[in-house]
Amino acid sequence: MEDDALRNELRRQGILTTTLGELYNWGRQNSVWPLGFGLACCAIEMIAASMARWDIARFGAEVFRPSPRQADLMIVAGTVTKKMAPQVVRLYNQMPEPKYVIAMGACAISGGPFKQGYNVLKGIDRYLPVDVHIPGCPPRPEALLHALITLQGIIRQQALTGAGRPRHLLAEAPSEFPAPEYGEHDLVPPSNPGVWQPPGNQP
Amino acid sequence: MLVEDHPYLLMALLSAAAALFALVPLGLSWLWARRFSPPKPGPDKNAVYECGLKSSGDAWVQFKSEYYLYGIIFLVFDVETVFLLPLAVSFAGLPAGAFVAMIVFVLLLVEGLAWAWQKGVLTWRMTR
Repeated sequence: MEDDALRNELRRQGILTTTLGELYNWGRQNSVWPLGFGLACCAIEMIAASMARWDIARFGAEVFRPSPRQADLMIVAGTVTKKMAPQVVRLYNQMPEPKYVIAMGACAISGGPFKQGYNVLKGIDRYLPVDVHIPGCPPRPEALLHALITLQGIIRQQALTGAGRPRHLLAEAPSEFPAPEYGEHDLVPPSNPGVWQPPGNQP
Repeated sequence: MLVEDHPYLLMALLSAAAALFALVPLGLSWLWARRFSPPKPGPDKNAVYECGLKSSGDAWVQFKSEYYLYGIIFLVFDVETVFLLPLAVSFAGLPAGAFVAMIVFVLLLVEGLAWAWQKGVLTWRMTR
């Protein structure tokens, strides 16, 4: 904190000081490449956000990659059916680290209007570590841009060294999350306990 | 001057600069990965396909050579169409020699087709 105060004071005097980690995060936060991946109507808003009117390119995130191997950010835009959930998890597993997830819209964060349906996953955070949730049905492109700015703030705060450094810098932290299988009545397992616990079970 | 004595020296220097320009970022990123971000391969990440579905089989599949024979025989029809369309458009104004030349050309191509047909290439055999 004292370092931050000193740095801000120096910047006010016209002296730029920085750290390797800050430069690293500055580069990363301004070149977040999303996976070109839409599941339902929220994807239309995501596409609109990439067009001229909202222009997600202002934040360096216009490079929608057709392959998970080149993507940093998975925007889960829409209803995740139980038929689709294993594919979503597998696509996330195939993305190289560091990787982030934005759950866009009521369906992706909770199942939305289909929450009572037999075939809809009640939130992708049951299987994936979601960084930013966007409510709305569908959220407007401004909401997606706000989520992206929030994610950039998260990236900016991540430490390069030390015990609190993010998952992608820890050798023992997993990069892949187990993809569920189709069971007799539901996905098996119904959630990944390492990522999500039912609200009653939370410590 | 050194450069005047060795006219290729400048080129060698520029080549070295170009190689460094390409190699230094690669080396730096390699060092960065060694120091900070550990590699984490896994069964899904190393899978052959990247569409989200479970990968099945190998990427090194064999194509049947019969497919290429089909492709070559398709050229018979392709080339015929390319020449027959302008022939049909200007047919009324053509001399007899042009007509004979075109018939000979078409017959030559048809001969190739007949030869392939007689060899049994057109019969698609399922081997697997």
